Amino acid sequence: MNISKIKHKVETAVAKASFDLRPDVHRLIKRAYLKESNSRARKGLKWILDNAQLAAIERLAICQDTGLPIVFIEASKKVKISALLIETIKKGVEDGFRKNSLRASIVDPIERKNPSYKGVICHLNFSTGIKGLKVIIFPKGFGSENKSALKMFNPTASLEEIEDFIVKTVNDAGPEACPPFVVGVGIGGTADYALLLAKKALLDRVDKSNSNKILKTMEGNILKKINKLGIGPMGFGGKTTALAVKIKKTSTHIAGLPVGVNVGCHALRSATIDIKI
Amino acid sequence: MQTIKVPISKKQGNALNAGDSILLTGVIYTSRDQAHKRLVSLIKKGKNLPFNLKGQVIYYCGPTSTPKGKVIGSCGPTTSSRMDDFVEPLLKKGLVAMIGKGRRSSKVRNLIKKHKGVYFIAPSGCGVLLAKKVIANDTICFSELGPESICELYVENFPLIVGIDSKGNSIYKDLR
Repeated sequence: MNISKIKHKVETAVAKASFDLRPDVHRLIKRAYLKESNSRARKGLKWILDNAQLAAIERLAICQDTGLPIVFIEASKKVKISALLIETIKKGVEDGFRKNSLRASIVDPIERKNPSYKGVICHLNFSTGIKGLKVIIFPKGFGSENKSALKMFNPTASLEEIEDFIVKTVNDAGPEACPPFVVGVGIGGTADYALLLAKKALLDRVDKSNSNKILKTMEGNILKKINKLGIGPMGFGGKTTALAVKIKKTSTHIAGLPVGVNVGCHALRSATIDIKI
Repeated sequence: MQTIKVPISKKQGNALNAGDSILLTGVIYTSRDQAHKRLVSLIKKGKNLPFNLKGQVIYYCGPTSTPKGKVIGSCGPTTSSRMDDFVEPLLKKGLVAMIGKGRRSSKVRNLIKKHKGVYFIAPSGCGVLLAKKVIANDTICFSELGPESICELYVENFPLIVGIDSKGNSIYKDLR
């Protein structure tokens, strides 16, 4: 495993995530545009599509909020994990931000001075399902991140209660979180883990339905309810308030049922690198 | 589509209605969270502001770094409601228009009505589309705030929708 090669790949992925709208997200926005009849909402969707095209050509960030960079690292059992590897990936993200003139949006939460590129958040996981090393770069914008929510339900809560909480979270998010959204949901685990799962759900293909039958039905029900809210692209009304709802679940405690919601804006960005070992 | 030039005349401003699509041409000033905090703190202390707000337009925006050879980087609007608590002293100093994204509080809507101002919505998450409309870009103060510094932009045909008009009508429901 060549460390400098990994750093270079990470830098390239940062640019890709920031300049090129994900094809799956683009597909759903295009679909929403074609079926929209509200003229202002249609205009909003056209702006989004034109902007994505311009960003790709000009090599400029789709959105000026180039996000707080989150990195998901997944390693097979053959990968030797070291502090050096993690530091290299973090440095690759920082340099990728700097070299591509992305925004220095990271500050100390109390002092709020000297915005920089330092403060990349890394999550490390091991998986037997992959070969080599998988690195996902996820720059998360904060207009949508600010609308995240967590609710610790009673274990006896109905699916309908959970669905209503998710719909209410999206309704509260409103026009300022940059709809049409992709809504990430995490069910189970602990309070922190449900929110992490919700974030991870945004990394799944948004144009593919869930392989779990119950979750697939829930996703469909929630999406239908959300798209009846009438918020629409940029809050201009119309048919599409959300492009997709993505749910992930994991086992939890008999006493609890944590549900986390992470809202993704229409400029949902990520890029994946697969490194062979 | 109607083109509006800065400074926006009283007559032109009053004729705008929530929902109107317009193109804005002229000077606008970027300012967001920390710059607002500083401006309002200067006003409270009775000190001079780094620029005259009379008749001006503030754009809630923190652009990316400017790539070599370009006028500006990606420069879309940020969430306006975070600036809601800072609006009144700025309007009192003569601010006429604000550009951003999303809903405002009822208080801000009423202040806009009282001061005959206007709140514009810019295409959110469309920072490149908007960058193409920026002809000039100069940092005028608070440069240590990086993307939160105040920049004077000259924009041409900047596409906007009237969010709240001088009569206090809004295209959105109030935030709270």
